[in-house]
Amino acid sequence: MSKLNSYRELEHLHQQLQEKRRNFTTTVMVCGGTGCRASSSQTLINALGEELSRQGLDGSVRLCVTGCHGFCEQGPVMIIEPGNMFYCHVAPEDAFEVIYKTVTKGEVIERLLYRDPISGQTLRTLAEVPFYQAQDRQILSQNLTVDPCSIEDYIAIGGYSALAKTLRSMTPEEVIGEISSSVLRGRGGGGFPTGRKWSQCWAAPGDEKYVICNADEGDPGAYMDRCVLEGNPHLVLEGMMIGAWAVGARKGYIYVRKEYPLAVEHSRIAVQQARELGLLGDNVLGSSFCFDVDIARGGGAFVCGESTALMASVEGKVGEPRPKDVHTVVDGLYHKPTTLNNVETWANVPSIILKGASWFSAKGSRGSKGTKILALTGRIKNTGLVEVEMGTPIRTVVYDIGGGALNGKAVKAVQIGGPSGGCLPAGKFDLPIDFDVLAEAGSMVGSGGMVVMDESSCMVDVTKYFLNFLQDESCGKCVPCRLGVDRMLEIITAITEGRGKPEQLDLLEELADTIAQTSLCGLGKTAPNPMLTTLRYFRTEYEAHINERKCPAGVCKGLITYWIDPDKCNGCGVCLQGCPHKAITGKKQQSHVIDPKLCQKCGICRSECKFDAVQVI
Amino acid sequence: MSSQELEQILEGRRSQPNQLIEVLQDTQESYGYIPREAMQVVSLNLGVPIIEVYRVASFYKAFRLKPSGKHVLTMCTGTACHVRGSHLLLDYAAGQLGIKTGEVTPDGLFSIEHVNCLGACALGPIVAENGSYHHHMTPAKLRKLIEALRRQEKEAPQNVQA
Repeated sequence: MSKLNSYRELEHLHQQLQEKRRNFTTTVMVCGGTGCRASSSQTLINALGEELSRQGLDGSVRLCVTGCHGFCEQGPVMIIEPGNMFYCHVAPEDAFEVIYKTVTKGEVIERLLYRDPISGQTLRTLAEVPFYQAQDRQILSQNLTVDPCSIEDYIAIGGYSALAKTLRSMTPEEVIGEISSSVLRGRGGGGFPTGRKWSQCWAAPGDEKYVICNADEGDPGAYMDRCVLEGNPHLVLEGMMIGAWAVGARKGYIYVRKEYPLAVEHSRIAVQQARELGLLGDNVLGSSFCFDVDIARGGGAFVCGESTALMASVEGKVGEPRPKDVHTVVDGLYHKPTTLNNVETWANVPSIILKGASWFSAKGSRGSKGTKILALTGRIKNTGLVEVEMGTPIRTVVYDIGGGALNGKAVKAVQIGGPSGGCLPAGKFDLPIDFDVLAEAGSMVGSGGMVVMDESSCMVDVTKYFLNFLQDESCGKCVPCRLGVDRMLEIITAITEGRGKPEQLDLLEELADTIAQTSLCGLGKTAPNPMLTTLRYFRTEYEAHINERKCPAGVCKGLITYWIDPDKCNGCGVCLQGCPHKAITGKKQQSHVIDPKLCQKCGICRSECKFDAVQVI
Repeated sequence: MSSQELEQILEGRRSQPNQLIEVLQDTQESYGYIPREAMQVVSLNLGVPIIEVYRVASFYKAFRLKPSGKHVLTMCTGTACHVRGSHLLLDYAAGQLGIKTGEVTPDGLFSIEHVNCLGACALGPIVAENGSYHHHMTPAKLRKLIEALRRQEKEAPQNVQA
């Protein structure tokens, strides 16, 4: 495709592409995101392509390999339009039938339909699926219609028209004004008002400025940024371009985790395509705007989610934060004014410009506007990516969308906001997804990871998990975080091993207070949150570990013993085969025995036993 | 270590210290790890002191300073995988292969690594074998995966890199 030299040429291309799309009678949209790829969607995509050409349909049916649809648990998933038909768990062997029956004859293949676990009914369309019904998918819905590797697809749905509008008719002040009055707040964790950040960067002195997209997403249990960047990279790029125009930057970086190979690949392709079309480079669309973007791959350090550490990393240095007495909007990358926003924040920008600030701020709660993408995971029925209006109660997300806990167990807590967030108990599920309300409850929206835990999760163990993570990931620059987290971990470990003392709980609180007040960066300051919230809401579990030397959930190794119930064991031998420590003995058809001296309490036998014979006391 | 690949990686990036992480990423992709000699070459060509190259290479988790096994089993230990029992898988792999995280089996076939999140949280626990994802893993499935890889190696032993 040749370079676009004016707004008119972009508009013309948009119409041309739409026209081309009308030639297709049917579109088959198959998810090619990381989740579905793990469930072999690539083989399915190849099979569908082959089947389409074999049946002579490649001219009339469009096979669109899209980014993540969000319902990863049901993958590989596909949608057939028109008709909004939703198929899940589609195997490569189903390709012939899907094309022959559904695409050509319009027949439904019953076994591929989604079965609602609650009503037991099969549902034909995506719109009927409860997982999608309670959502408000402003950003994620675009993932369903575009091939992330095709700039044509993005332009066909009106992509880059927000950029054209900005360049043609808006001054930087107007763009910043629009973003400010939309009350968009940073989606990466802190919830800082985006408009304010942009206006400070715009006002900062200097000709050389930068914009950066933070796609490092080091928060374990969250993957919304991966999904957006991988599924719709042009949307993020367009947001960055508008931001660059507003603050006066000529250069941008996408800082993306190496662990997300598909996101790296797709953003590279997107940048290349945008350069070829002249949407990146000098005099974009014939305007005075000059801007280019490079991809920087992160090295897997959680601390690089912090702005100054991230910038050090883009500069090729060790990712250590520095004091922020002068903010990065003034003194950022290479000591130049820099606007850093998260993937989801950038992705919200084009719609705000196109539809207006009031459209955006009409959604949400008082202080938190728009929608938020959440990664709903853990011990819950429907896991996946969920986008809801801000202000939606946690209860709606966990029960209406998530379908509640697995195996009839009760949901005990939900961990929101990753290692900087906290665990909220089921009693707090009426709280809304709102930056300020969750912060008040001791947690935070963070990047939007929501890990659901049921009664089989021990909250002290979960705390130990986070402290382990934080201790491992602490960059080591400042003492409160490096040593403070280490001490907290030491105490928590003692508690989980039955060596805890009641007075240690006060010591933990004291330590937490010092770490929160004196750490250098935001990650250190919030490091005590997981511990503080579990102590606040699940103190009885801590007390049981300390006073009764018991782990109520049966998780902490130092406080439990495994044994095999001879009445339930039928001697199938699965546990014996599975035990990596050779601690189980027994003859076939006879009940087996665990040698407590050899047993490492790894729990593998318990997870393997189909007869619930392995018990924990 | 053949230096030709490294020359290619350094092309167009010489004397640019800000390219250090990118160059190390590409070096690891080519060689499977970052050899000591490569760090020396990178140091000279980018104009970054060797101690700084080592500091960066050892700071970031993504960099390996020792060769890995032929099959790298990467266990995701993100929160979502953790609450679904990823620690069982780590225990199991370590037990069955007789090595700890970060080590290589004596025959050079396997190494175990862990990563904070692979971003496929909905399908956890995830184990990636040389980058291809296996979802909803259990110790039994992991055992079968390791056995299958071993069998595959026995059938085509010429591919083994000791």
